[in-house]
Amino acid sequence: MNKQNTLPASRLENRFADGKPLYSDTEARIEANRCLFCYDAPCIKACPAAVNIPVFIHKIVSGNIRGAALTVFETNLLGVSTARVCPVEVSCAGACVLNEQNGQPVNIGRLQRYATEKGLAEAEAKQIPLFTPAKALNQSVALIGAGPASLSCAATLALGGVKPVIYEKRALPGGLNVSGIAPYKLDSVSAMDEIERLLALGIHLKTGYDVGVAPTVGDLQKDHEAIFLGVGLGRDKFPGIEGESLEGVWGATDLIRKIKNEESFTLPDSMKVLVIGGGNTAIDIARELAMLGAETVDILYRRTEKEMPGYHHELRKAKQYGVRLRENLLPKAIRKNENTGLLLEVENKLTKQKDILKANWIVMAIGQENQARRLLPALDTDKNGNVKLDPDTGETSIPGVYAGGDCVNGGKEVVNAVADGRKAAFSILKKLSASH
Amino acid sequence: MANLKINFNGIESPNPFWLASGPPTNCGEQIMRAFDAGWGGAVWKTLGDPIVNVSSRLAAIDYAGKRMSGLNNIELITDRPLLTNLKEIAAVKKKYPDHAVVVSIMVESREEWKEIIRRTEDTGADGIELNFGCPHGMCERGMGSSVGQEPALLREITSWTSEFSSLPVLVKLTPNITDILDPGVAAVQGGAQGLSLINTIKSIIGVDLDRFVPLPTVRDKSTNGGYCGPAVKPIALHMVAALARDPRVTVPISGIGGIENWRDAAEFLTLGATSVQVCTAVMHYGYRIVEDMIEGLSNYLDEAGLPSVTRLIGKAVPNFMDWGSLDLSFKTVSKIDTDKCIGCQLCYIACLDGAHQCIHTRTGDCRAYHGKSDHGAGLRDHIAEPLHHPENDPLLRQVPYVDEDECVGCNLCQLVCPVPGCIEMVER
Repeated sequence: MNKQNTLPASRLENRFADGKPLYSDTEARIEANRCLFCYDAPCIKACPAAVNIPVFIHKIVSGNIRGAALTVFETNLLGVSTARVCPVEVSCAGACVLNEQNGQPVNIGRLQRYATEKGLAEAEAKQIPLFTPAKALNQSVALIGAGPASLSCAATLALGGVKPVIYEKRALPGGLNVSGIAPYKLDSVSAMDEIERLLALGIHLKTGYDVGVAPTVGDLQKDHEAIFLGVGLGRDKFPGIEGESLEGVWGATDLIRKIKNEESFTLPDSMKVLVIGGGNTAIDIARELAMLGAETVDILYRRTEKEMPGYHHELRKAKQYGVRLRENLLPKAIRKNENTGLLLEVENKLTKQKDILKANWIVMAIGQENQARRLLPALDTDKNGNVKLDPDTGETSIPGVYAGGDCVNGGKEVVNAVADGRKAAFSILKKLSASH
Repeated sequence: MANLKINFNGIESPNPFWLASGPPTNCGEQIMRAFDAGWGGAVWKTLGDPIVNVSSRLAAIDYAGKRMSGLNNIELITDRPLLTNLKEIAAVKKKYPDHAVVVSIMVESREEWKEIIRRTEDTGADGIELNFGCPHGMCERGMGSSVGQEPALLREITSWTSEFSSLPVLVKLTPNITDILDPGVAAVQGGAQGLSLINTIKSIIGVDLDRFVPLPTVRDKSTNGGYCGPAVKPIALHMVAALARDPRVTVPISGIGGIENWRDAAEFLTLGATSVQVCTAVMHYGYRIVEDMIEGLSNYLDEAGLPSVTRLIGKAVPNFMDWGSLDLSFKTVSKIDTDKCIGCQLCYIACLDGAHQCIHTRTGDCRAYHGKSDHGAGLRDHIAEPLHHPENDPLLRQVPYVDEDECVGCNLCQLVCPVPGCIEMVER
């Protein structure tokens, strides 16, 4: 696979600068030296992938960059992208004991980026690969969807000697890592670099396969020893109001994907945008559009800022780019207007007062559909359609079928998907070696 | 403001802060700038038969991101013509009559000593320092530390110089000996009017792991150097104190070794130094560091109610004892302040692996208070329960606790704790 053929050169995301660039050696040394090298460190416990953070930072201090990279990859094979994507403010760095000391936690995300990117570059320059896939057994696992959960699972399987075959509906692998992450955090080319490295471990990728249509999960079960569902979430949800299918009304993840991946997609001049929602996707798309030069970007949320599920640190940054938050507003109907494009009728949830807001674009960021049961109707799911798992093994209610990532948790972080995929892979490896 | 003036056996100085013989005292222009910055005195870079220096000459140890916690040099004595140095010494002394100018000297024969002392006296300098300390290069030619390591030879050369010199003669001692009292007492017996110590410690500071050559590297080879900087301070403090408390040492001491600020200087003074000499810190940060030294020492003396710096000299010497005189009945235990603790658990792991297994955690592998031992030996049948059992407070759950019955009061936990005042050693 060659990324030059799959990602168009002219993408709107190219206009975003890298928000937290790779540390220089000096920056990394100074920051790494701030780490206290805690025992039983709170940062590890706050990391869904349980990366041994103090140890990899300690290795940066000693100049053992290869070792630092391996420590990260030991529990997180997507260490390069998660370093840039993880909301460290609420995970590892949020738990750093230095918050109690002087309010300045160690910048773990940027150190992880340094450790992994430098470690990989060093390994490549010296031609001593970081990973050696185990000798392949005659067993294979089918993974559905090529997002972070499947990639983590597949790479772990490949290193463990089982052949992973990923079936991906789209032309591009990577799931949200390639199509959904805010470009100032991770651009799609960097995401694809990581994926290509993982695929080179011995993962067989089949794009353009819409599992469920052809082949079916049943077909895959015949050819493979186990199945892993890493299908993520489906289409953007719409509120079900009048006019929501008009031109100029977008689903948020659909619009983000166009910004990141589509050839020559552009944002017209003088755009007024309304974003409906209160989660991180709403905050991301609002900030992206504001940074791309939209005239106004307003997030309309049905409750108040305090109750928003999106991260406060992300909202704060979005506001710095001019994004405004309007609270307690419910969308009621969308109409077309010849002059201004669209009119959104909103109702204040508390006062019941109605208002008409003008917009060129309206972006729906109220969640995505869960599609797991569409593939396997027999799957046990919760009331939101999230796949239920055995928490120890990652196995679903159907024996031999494992799952992880957004289709299980309803939409969390990349690192959660990575941890899920890894756990399932170890369960599968254990089972296969026992039956071998 | 406290009076910082000192009188070092006849050498008067506006304050006890002198520059040690080395690169910062290489020429008159430097020393004049140093005096303008506030230094009270300077020991001129060692005069002798001018030599040729190598390149490079310096290498350092960095620690935890900080540069030069230890410095190693293979530079020799002055490489400038003797006459140039003498002229500049005279010029400095003329312009700064109230500052202390001491001239370091290193030559070989009796005649050479006589000649160079005579010429040095003519400059108006305040004193002479005999360089019996240099542990690299010069010692291979029978000078420097090779004299300092032979008490009899040291005594003899000192007695020559005392005979030739009308100025106070200081002997600069090398730490590269078994017992500093041997050369120290020999110097006093030879007529020295002051002791300066320590000179640098013989060392190899590191190895270039790509080229397999020690550092610093001269083309593709190296040699041992002299080690100095903050890392050597404890060695210097001990040697100064050992001389200061010996009744045979009846002359003032100029303390040298890793002094970087007023606090370091005050420590040397309390252990018996009358003046202190600084080199590495100036090589690192420049002459300007003396401002804080003067101000800090003066504030400290004011707060301590001491009107003059001379009152500080030797104040800690009576409390420096042999181990056998210490009170074995005195016991302390560690107390962790739950409110200050940030939960790093460095005290826990330090005590568990590096001390006496008396600190326990409420989380992680340690389940001691539930009855399962977490010490490697597993011999202890009772472990004190923690005062709290805050299962639901994530921060408090990280706070370790001390088994006070078992704590030996070693201090390690307090030393590794990154939070000032969080761990206190309390008398039992």
